[in-house]
Amino acid sequence: MKLTVWTYEGPPHVGAMRVATAMDGVHYVLHAPQGDTYADLVFTMIERLGKRPPVTYTTFQARDLGADTANLFKTATREACDRFRPDAIIVGASCTAELLQDDPGGLARTLGLPVPVIPLELPSYQRKENWGASETFYQLVRAMCQAEVAPPRADRAGRPVCNILGPTALGFRHRDDVAEVRGLLASLGIAVNVTAPQGARPTDLARLPEADFNVVLYPEIAAVAARWLERSFGQPFTRTVPIGVGATRDFIREVAALAGVDPTPALDDEHSRLPWYSRSVDSTYLTGKRVFVFGDATHAIAAARIAREELGFEVVGLGTYSREFAREVREAAGQLGLEALITDDYLEVEACIADLQPELVLGTQMERHIAKRFRIPCAVISAPVHVQDFPARRSPQMGWEGSNVIFDCWVHPLTMGLEEHLLTMFREDHEFHDAAGPSHLQSEQPRESKPAVAPVSDLAWSGEAETELAKVPFFVRGKARRNTERFARDRGLSVITLETLYDAKAHFGR
Amino acid sequence: MTAAAAIACRDAAPLAILRERGQREVFCGLTGIVWLHRRIQDAFFLVVGSRTCAHLLQSAAGVMIFAEPRFATAVMEQRDLAGLADTHDELERIVARLIERRPDIRLLFLVGSCPSEVIKLDLASAAARLSVRYAPQVRILAYSGSGIETTFTEGEDACLAALAAELPASEGASTRSLMVVGALADVVEDQLRRIFAELGIGPVHFLPPRRCADLPPVGSGTRLLLAQPFLNETTRVLEGRGARRLSAPYPLGADGTAAWLAAAARDFAVPAARFEAVIRPARERARRALLPHRDRLQGRRVFLFPDSQLEPPLARFLAGELGMRIVEIGTPYLNTRLLDAELPLLPAETLVSEGQDVDRQLDRCRAAAPDLVVCGLGLANPLEAEGFTTKWSIELVFTPIQGFEQAGDLAELFSRPLLRRARLEV
Repeated sequence: MKLTVWTYEGPPHVGAMRVATAMDGVHYVLHAPQGDTYADLVFTMIERLGKRPPVTYTTFQARDLGADTANLFKTATREACDRFRPDAIIVGASCTAELLQDDPGGLARTLGLPVPVIPLELPSYQRKENWGASETFYQLVRAMCQAEVAPPRADRAGRPVCNILGPTALGFRHRDDVAEVRGLLASLGIAVNVTAPQGARPTDLARLPEADFNVVLYPEIAAVAARWLERSFGQPFTRTVPIGVGATRDFIREVAALAGVDPTPALDDEHSRLPWYSRSVDSTYLTGKRVFVFGDATHAIAAARIAREELGFEVVGLGTYSREFAREVREAAGQLGLEALITDDYLEVEACIADLQPELVLGTQMERHIAKRFRIPCAVISAPVHVQDFPARRSPQMGWEGSNVIFDCWVHPLTMGLEEHLLTMFREDHEFHDAAGPSHLQSEQPRESKPAVAPVSDLAWSGEAETELAKVPFFVRGKARRNTERFARDRGLSVITLETLYDAKAHFGR
Repeated sequence: MTAAAAIACRDAAPLAILRERGQREVFCGLTGIVWLHRRIQDAFFLVVGSRTCAHLLQSAAGVMIFAEPRFATAVMEQRDLAGLADTHDELERIVARLIERRPDIRLLFLVGSCPSEVIKLDLASAAARLSVRYAPQVRILAYSGSGIETTFTEGEDACLAALAAELPASEGASTRSLMVVGALADVVEDQLRRIFAELGIGPVHFLPPRRCADLPPVGSGTRLLLAQPFLNETTRVLEGRGARRLSAPYPLGADGTAAWLAAAARDFAVPAARFEAVIRPARERARRALLPHRDRLQGRRVFLFPDSQLEPPLARFLAGELGMRIVEIGTPYLNTRLLDAELPLLPAETLVSEGQDVDRQLDRCRAAAPDLVVCGLGLANPLEAEGFTTKWSIELVFTPIQGFEQAGDLAELFSRPLLRRARLEV
């Protein structure tokens, strides 16, 4: 058993729903008790979808358990097929039905339905949402791509052709990322054959082998299917995810090489403001800001690279809840001289942030909570999604525009450069003290209270030193406390005096 | 004239009852934790379940607004199911970690879920064992909020039933006292306490209490006044301990609240004149608050999907006090015993559907084309996209709607969607 306050991922059948809901013409019959239908509203309320997810739940109750839950499943499947007339049906069990061992796949096969039936085995007690999405997409692709010989490549106009794989319902900015990546591909003269699962029908999946190569936007969801397509149809796929300026450049080069086209025009057409904004003098205050990064593997790795190479931050922590991609995140952390935090335990992440006292947290909605309690600025970079992650305006993470969006949303939560200095100079001013908070962060008014969970310390602070520490502006106070304590500990001091505070300041001063 | 008589009583014409079985678009009982953990301020709810349960609690109810909620999930994993781990040891380890993290907790509920019920995990005996270990600091109880046994508000019923069994016996069995049963917002409880005090009714207790040290006593002198219609099991447990339920409509609307208070006043022999004098100002205020909404809602047709079991009393309020026409009252479970004073007040021939087959019900709803649909969050946006005006039913559970001072707020919940639709020009 595992104590969970918040969970980064839902169960694997929610991943399957994300794939089914993204597609057209797919219906999902889920053997599940009443109550599991809550998952519908994650789509209708968080993503604000104007249609119900294409899911039929068998809704069994305690009194059915001794009777015939298998029959209930068969009836629900038959009725769903009659009512919704899908092109393909996927069937499976949620966590409770898994315990009943009714075998939805076997039961559905006995019905002789007029459409392909794809059974899903999603072990709820071992796997999670992204794995479920990945497995569902892979099974759908396998079932629909039956061609045994390599089909013709390149479109009628002779342009190279690719597929875009990975975007689903309830994805973090998937809608806008796809539009952005399509633009990049168009600028390279590459045609898009199929985008899947978002917007594809089962018959479109059957056409996947017609492309020259695959563009994998979200490895957590599409890497397994892409590897199978590579093995079965000789289709290579992209390894670079174009989040950030550097990664977008790399992506253009990688795609151009796969397509056999010249990357130069697309690289020359770089319209990101990030490089200049980062170089402009007002950004000097970003130098060496200590950031903590946590999210799904793809977004966390990308964020760490942007933070270090494109904004000049210092990455002090990097982690992910995507255990399936632990190796990749460990590698990325290793390059930064860090040990990756691989966990889906929110409390562990909280403890790590409390310990590191970063100046900026780049995380999920969970880390936003943690950061709020520790009064550390935070920007959200990854799923799990919140209604705010479906903004009305276009707001991609990928491509040139994605880098612009990222620059804005990471920098805005920070106390801005000049303001930071003025706050330090005029902190006694009655209208301009740190408790008043930065003017552009009205909703995040800091209070003079201590954070809900103060870092535990084995060191004593003298009254004088504590008072002096309080004069440090709130947004760097945590760092000052931590540095001073580290300094004292390294020197075997048990009490921190005013002298220790300033010795440490001199030691760590940059 | 008593308040009860102010409500026009339907002749014995029967309700049309449709019982359906199929896909239910309703929450399971775990959802009750979302309001119960706010209501009982020193209680913590530990769901013993799956990742699905944890996902439900954090995403379904939008509860991520609480940076530090007083609920969590002990997620069972493969090794728990395969018998590789002793579930009781595991549970003990988790409870120890929780209590260490939250030393302010005085009452811990172990909440059963679908998977824990299917594998027959005995949480009641686990709670008993843990209780011995943590007494007197923390009291540990168990109930089931599983979707195979409970629908949405039945989770509160199961929780309160577990509490009801723990209540101290009242001293002097014949001492008469009133117990208001069902979670209410603090502001509503305070208003009701003032009214009962003015009426001279007392002592008055509320279940659940705000703090677990204040568990009310129960005995044969206890009169139960139900604030919520879904408390079947809780009522049974309390009756088993000698308490007697007062039959009454539920305190929704000006007339509903008056009739609810009147049931207590009759039993406590409050003189009619005094009753009238005490409640008249608030009832008149409530009626005035209803007027503008009545103008907007009168004659409009409303379709209620099943959700909280509050649907029959709500329909009575909408029809009786706001003049709406009821197309269908869906309810997950039609509890005729606890609705004995409500059902006769519904318009004759009203269609009541019990249970649900959501696709068939949606077919009926589309065919009837009502002016307003009251439904859950999974259906609301899709119906809006089809052109229907909807009201999220979950707000009826999360918002203070009971009592005189909330009558206008309750009506506003229904009139606002119509007003909004009329305003928007895009």
